[in-house]
Amino acid sequence: MSFIGIYLLTLLAAIMLVTLLDSRGKGVVAVCGIVALSVISSVPAVNALMGQPLNQLFHGSFVTGPVQVAIDPLSAWFILVINFTMITSVLYGRRYMEAYHSRRSALSLHWVSFLLVHIGLIAVCAMRNSIAFLVAWELMALGSFLLVIFEGNKVTTIRSGINYLVQSHIGVALLTVAFVWVAAVTGTFDFSGIVQFATLQSPTACFGLMLLFFIGFAFKAGFVPFHTWLPHAHPAAPSHVSGMMSGVLIKIGIYGILRMIVLIGTNYLAVGYFILVISVVTGIYGVMLAIVQHNLKKLLAYHSVENIGIIGIGIGLGCIGMGYNCTPLAIVGFAGALLHVLNHSLFKSLLFYGAGNVYQATHTMDIEHFGGLIKRMPRTALLFLLGSLAICGLPPFNGFVSEFIIYSGLFSGINASFSNASILIFVFAMAGLALIGGLAIMCFTKAFGVVFLGEPRAKLHTEPAEFGFGRLLPMYMVGILIVVIGLFPQFFINAIVSVLGQMVGVSASAPILPASFGALSQIGWYMAWFILLVVAVYAVRSFFTRRLPESEGGTWGCGYVALTPKLQYTASSFVRTYRRLAKGILLINKQKTKVDGIFPSAASYSTEALDRVETDLIKSPLRMVRYLLGKFSFLQNGRLQNYILYGLLFVVLVLGLPFIVQAVRIFINYLNTL
Amino acid sequence: MLSFALILVVSLFFSGIVVRTKSLASGRKGPGIWQPMRDIWRSLRKGSVYSTTSSPVFRVAPSVYFASVLAAIAVVPLGSNAGLFSFPCDFVFFAYVLALGKFFCIIAALDTGSSFEGMGASREALFSMLAEPAFFILMGTLGLITGHTSFLQIFSDLHLGSTLSYALVSIACFLLLMICMIENSRMPVDDPKTHLELTMIHEVMILDNSGFDLGLILHATNLKFAMYGALIANLFIGNLEVSVAAPVFLGIQFVVAVVAGIIESFMARFRMSHNAQFILVLSSLALLMLFGVMLVNN
Repeated sequence: MSFIGIYLLTLLAAIMLVTLLDSRGKGVVAVCGIVALSVISSVPAVNALMGQPLNQLFHGSFVTGPVQVAIDPLSAWFILVINFTMITSVLYGRRYMEAYHSRRSALSLHWVSFLLVHIGLIAVCAMRNSIAFLVAWELMALGSFLLVIFEGNKVTTIRSGINYLVQSHIGVALLTVAFVWVAAVTGTFDFSGIVQFATLQSPTACFGLMLLFFIGFAFKAGFVPFHTWLPHAHPAAPSHVSGMMSGVLIKIGIYGILRMIVLIGTNYLAVGYFILVISVVTGIYGVMLAIVQHNLKKLLAYHSVENIGIIGIGIGLGCIGMGYNCTPLAIVGFAGALLHVLNHSLFKSLLFYGAGNVYQATHTMDIEHFGGLIKRMPRTALLFLLGSLAICGLPPFNGFVSEFIIYSGLFSGINASFSNASILIFVFAMAGLALIGGLAIMCFTKAFGVVFLGEPRAKLHTEPAEFGFGRLLPMYMVGILIVVIGLFPQFFINAIVSVLGQMVGVSASAPILPASFGALSQIGWYMAWFILLVVAVYAVRSFFTRRLPESEGGTWGCGYVALTPKLQYTASSFVRTYRRLAKGILLINKQKTKVDGIFPSAASYSTEALDRVETDLIKSPLRMVRYLLGKFSFLQNGRLQNYILYGLLFVVLVLGLPFIVQAVRIFINYLNTL
Repeated sequence: MLSFALILVVSLFFSGIVVRTKSLASGRKGPGIWQPMRDIWRSLRKGSVYSTTSSPVFRVAPSVYFASVLAAIAVVPLGSNAGLFSFPCDFVFFAYVLALGKFFCIIAALDTGSSFEGMGASREALFSMLAEPAFFILMGTLGLITGHTSFLQIFSDLHLGSTLSYALVSIACFLLLMICMIENSRMPVDDPKTHLELTMIHEVMILDNSGFDLGLILHATNLKFAMYGALIANLFIGNLEVSVAAPVFLGIQFVVAVVAGIIESFMARFRMSHNAQFILVLSSLALLMLFGVMLVNN
């Protein structure tokens, strides 16, 4: 039996079993199912990376035409990234969902959707036929919608879920238009039609097609201004789902963009500059909004937007390199983007799992209620710190490796000085990336510092406690990989050589890696050296301080001794200066009651960050439309007589239409004879 | 190797020179130039007091901070002599490893639960974030002049050929000096003299550190001074012989220290709310330099 047959049978068996067993059994089956599916799909993926792509042709139907299922290096890389995060997500999710063990039917739906999303993601990577691709895409989108609304009894959850569903389908609509355009020109739904389209049509038409695809995929990936569903859907979903969605689901948008770049293969320069600029804007906007969020998961969601921006910078760089026929630059750009896809899937899922632990220990996501959790949940705190350092792109962890590659691409782009415009845009991207890095540090010092450090800021209903090893295991798995990529980046670069070959159109066997990659193998050594240095300094410190007296006391309050946790800096105060500085871009809803009078009543101060893009591009137009349509609400007055009248008018109109048209025609003819 | 050793040596008396300059400028007798080192030595031999609020993060952070500064120094060359390491885009490593140290400094400050330290942490995070683009644009510009992407190659290829390049290098000097002052939280952005006031950034972040940890943090500041001084010196050294380069290096470090002292003596600290504008001006200066280079290249 073929690989695809085994794959589908496994899926079917898992889905059947999930619905039959009890809550505990459902989790176990889901874990086994996902692991089995991952193993089965990883085998051809690894083969493809090693140079033996899978390629099968099915007859399909008379609508679709033959359906090609193929796993080439590009698909393979995304399949492997998806599989790893899926495994950690299901391992974490099994424990996470134990809290909801009484909701058996909801759990069945949840795990079935989870399995379907997995196969949807893999199928999107493997399908080479537009219609099959869109079906797989829908499977993934609808499945993830069901995952998001697990807690659908809450109004905000269901609202976020529907928001996601609608926006996701606007993306699907654009993709459909693009695919139909291709089919109309070439007469085939196969992906080879897109290649034909590019040879048949003018560059402008190709750019238009690329733009359609880009925007369609950008809705999934979360490029600004198509990101507004992300900050709603991620906080609403259970944490393992947020981790999976942020880690791999939005990356499928990146996959789509890369695939279309390979297929369309013209206008590299225009496409590259377009993606580069929109990505820098995405990155900066995402992190700027992330800083002012007070919901931990919303903060992480905005960081996904930022990281999509960083990946996009890599893609843009790669396209520009292709456009100038500068293969080393193209390779560096795509390598940075592809590696960051993996890296982001790791640290973002780790951070979401950490946030999930915090949520289930405290039952709140409001960052201002936390504090001092490191003493109660030390291992979660350590793993969250690891994720924070990695997402800020700090050495010696994996985020640094991919950002370093992108930086080196930008610098070699500047040095190559193709044109003045290219230099300026590269400098813009570089300064943007530096700013993103700085802002990310601000964001995660806030997130980690306020959540885990200091003293508790609010009284919680339950005393938070650390979770068991089973819960932390997937987090350790991710954490270890984060460190390993930091120390051995060369291994992972070698793994994507064939993908890069495919992206830049060079055969995989040729030695295509540019010289600047030589530094990468050394980077691992410097990272290791740096870790040793830290250990050495700490060892020296321990050695010298072992005899010295050490005592404990209260925090030094500069002479003030009645310190309370209320005096601590809060998340709002930590970002206050920044918020004032960036007030032109941010949209903050501020509520405060002042301390006033001789006997002041309770004072309060709260800020809520709104998304300007969402307010201006979605909410205001919607409000206007609603206002306009509201003018006609008198029509819907609930009187049956009126409704019958409308029906009558409609019938008269329909019947009378030919007569009216004829009358108009006669009148026009009469005018012509004059 | 040589530059690493020289920077370590310079760090021993850099603060001393700054302090001595300040005392001379204000007409005081002032302490000797070894006084800052004596203070650090005294801290290193003292016991520590830890807040009951703080966690292990607080105890590890100073070591990470110190190590990060050492790691950053490791990539700084001396003209055409490599530092401990040199590789393409090593200044990205330089900037990010310093950022790692800063990350730990900030979370250690938040770990104490003190409102003062929270305030310092917030400002440090903001101001160093704003200075980041200026440094990268500067390095991009230097890369564009020389066509290289590592500290070593950039500095050994940087010739002061034309009058215009003097102008460019003087902007670079000013930028590096200002970045140095910002990163070390000195005038005109921060005033280390005003102890326990609400006007400070770095000093207020380390209120709770004591003993060995405090010594490490204080000396890390000296090292950072010497490190940025070394970058400034490198703008002038080019590919001089080591026998010439080393004295020139020490001389320029001395001048940088004196200039830092003079700035501290004769400038007032900016209003905290205006710091951000000042730091953003640095980015536009860096852009000015970039445009200059693009003009020359055309």
